[in-house]
Amino acid sequence: MSRIIGIDLGTTNSLVAYVDEKSGLPRVIPDAEGRTLLPSVVGFTPDGLIVGEAARRQLARRPAHTVYSVKRLMGRGYEDVKNELAYLPFTVAPAEGTVKLRVGGREVTPPEVSAAVLKALKDRAERHFGEEVEKAVITVPAYFNDAQRQATRDAGRIAGLDVVRIVNEPTAASLAYGLQRLEEGVIAVYDLGGGTFDVSILRVKDGVFEVLATNGDTHLGGDDFDRVLQLWLLEDVQARHHAELTRDCVDLARDAELMQELRLAAEAAKIRLSAEERTTLALPLPGFTYRRDITRAEIERLIEPLVGKTLGPCRRALADAGLTPADIEQVVLVGGSTRVPLVRRRVRELFGRTPHSQLNPDEVVALGAAVQAHILAGGITDMLLLDVTPLSLGIESLGGIVNVLIPRNTTVPTSAREMFTTSVDGQTLVDLHVVQGERELVKDCRSLGRFELRIDPMPAGMPKIEVTFLIDANGILQVQAREQRTGKAASIEVKPTYGLSEPEIERMIEESFTYAEADVETRMLIEARNEADTVLTHAGRALRQGAELMSPEERIAIEAAVGALRSARDSDDRERIHGATVAVNQATEHLAEVLMDAALKGALGSRRAAEILKEPQ
Amino acid sequence: MNFFEVFELPRRLTIDGDDLQRRFYALARRTHPDFHQSAPPAERAAVEERAALVNAAYRTLRDPIARVDYLVRLEEGRSTREGGEARPKAPPALLAEMFEIQEALAEAKAGPLDDATRATLVEQRDRLLERYGAEERRLTGPLAAQWDGAAPAERPDALAALKAALAARAYLRTVITDLAEALGEEESGVAHHRH
Repeated sequence: MSRIIGIDLGTTNSLVAYVDEKSGLPRVIPDAEGRTLLPSVVGFTPDGLIVGEAARRQLARRPAHTVYSVKRLMGRGYEDVKNELAYLPFTVAPAEGTVKLRVGGREVTPPEVSAAVLKALKDRAERHFGEEVEKAVITVPAYFNDAQRQATRDAGRIAGLDVVRIVNEPTAASLAYGLQRLEEGVIAVYDLGGGTFDVSILRVKDGVFEVLATNGDTHLGGDDFDRVLQLWLLEDVQARHHAELTRDCVDLARDAELMQELRLAAEAAKIRLSAEERTTLALPLPGFTYRRDITRAEIERLIEPLVGKTLGPCRRALADAGLTPADIEQVVLVGGSTRVPLVRRRVRELFGRTPHSQLNPDEVVALGAAVQAHILAGGITDMLLLDVTPLSLGIESLGGIVNVLIPRNTTVPTSAREMFTTSVDGQTLVDLHVVQGERELVKDCRSLGRFELRIDPMPAGMPKIEVTFLIDANGILQVQAREQRTGKAASIEVKPTYGLSEPEIERMIEESFTYAEADVETRMLIEARNEADTVLTHAGRALRQGAELMSPEERIAIEAAVGALRSARDSDDRERIHGATVAVNQATEHLAEVLMDAALKGALGSRRAAEILKEPQ
Repeated sequence: MNFFEVFELPRRLTIDGDDLQRRFYALARRTHPDFHQSAPPAERAAVEERAALVNAAYRTLRDPIARVDYLVRLEEGRSTREGGEARPKAPPALLAEMFEIQEALAEAKAGPLDDATRATLVEQRDRLLERYGAEERRLTGPLAAQWDGAAPAERPDALAALKAALAARAYLRTVITDLAEALGEEESGVAHHRH
């Protein structure tokens, strides 16, 4: 069987991994610069798409053309997400069964954006192996519903990947731990990522990883921490600098670029406060520089309610598994947000034991995906993952009540059979409405789709149609119907409530070949230009803010370097652009340091600003 | 193939949980789709169905009550689908003593709960929970043993006893749920038996 890669398609970062044949251990594949994390950010430029670090760097500069956290929109309709759209700098519009993003003069769906990220990972893997890679295991939050899983699989197809399995993130993590560090017994995996939260309870025995129960919240993660911090920061800036803002007529909340700056500053402070007790927020804004100290305790007060929201799903998962916290023998932490000390504290309190975190929480899901890929490829035969479906599956019955066919936490694959008949003579159509969720009423559950069964006309009550609902190992529903009198398979027309139609997917696959920047050289040129733009913006700002802080010679040198970069930027010579960019960076290095020291003066005593502002990766 | 046959077990209600788990894991290693990735598409559906059957069999047999329920259906040749039953009727033996509770319930539904009615409902609920537990212990204990030890001629009686106890339990469960609802509680205290 051909090679299968494991992909963690994350809200904030994505990774690709494989199992090394010699050592039998999973490894993450780095890019040319040695970075393993690919920011799940896609930028739309006039020249084409850019993905990853280069796109992330243009977030603040081109907010309306840069898409991040698209995972939160996967498999969702406009009604589901409209409340959070105010926080997103790009335009999101309703569309049939999905949402569309208007970016860079194009309309794209969330699976297409995710496909760009997957394509970048596919390219990375192909460069690493020196051969084409066609198959992948992709992870999703355990609590993803059918539509969200299908959207992820569609993204894979658009990226040119055969998605051989959709695996749940916490269970993937347990495989990675299981390979190296886990003892047998009952474990809880607490997975708090950029945008989603999952908890899974597993029994590990004789190489079998049996999921007993899972629960979660597909709209809760580090992004939400950033958002409360961003809003707090916004209020604080407005309160402290009311005079300057009024004078300059700056409405921070309506300025997409400045709001991005606030969000990025909030995120950076959050990350620093996981390692330190206090940090300084220093944010150059038009006309003034905002700065203040913030302590870990302060941000903990702000994010406490969000962290608290993860505990309910933990308790529900335990209850569904028929267990109490004392039955849990090991706890594993997964996801970048579990670096937050408050999260660790709450998890320790709930389960009464110190959680495992030896494996890098950013990488462990990708490593597990690689292990599952290796199992599917036949490379591992002594490990087996038995996962469950996170949500109950039912059909609509009289009065809008849900008739549950497959309860949540049933081991997959699983199937249920149900008999249907007609109520009117000559009826040729039977309509089934399939929903997912835990509520009694259809209107409170998630509509998956309508299945229309076509049958030959017969007197009412005569047809006996057996419908089989099968949830496969991916957690995705398949429906089959058979008319028992004739033994014929009844034809089913599927009308999914959410998601892309088959013709749409095929069109997107076509387009991805037509429009994709097939040429690596072109992409590198775009990235170089973007880097140049970022450096030019920074240099321009430094020149304005540091007018009194530099010598005439320094100013002339900087202006010359900037001029050279401006003319190089629009050329097609990547080396030249890169060289000119480096030159501007060197020319402004001293000024940048002086500016930073000026900004931080007094706040930090004798420590050097550059040292303090160095962000942990 | 019925669920007992899936695990090559006799139709008996006493099952060693560890042994069942070992059989399940061994079977899952043979039937799980993970190990049949290279099967042609036509066979894949059969692979998924087979794995689904093994999973369903384990889910049912590991739960002592679901196991009884399944056995009764199997013996009676009824559909063996889980759940989806109409609201159970009161077994005759329970009718008389349920009269008082139904009255209190009707009163509670008619208007706001006063303290005296609430106290009555709580007391009844707790008493029924006790009964419910006792019925389960009887099912999984003496009645299960009676079935397992029954000679072919004794089986109809043993089966009838199991069936009656299941019906009583199902009825108690709905009344307890009604009581909990009337009390405005979300959890009825009637947990599903799992693991």
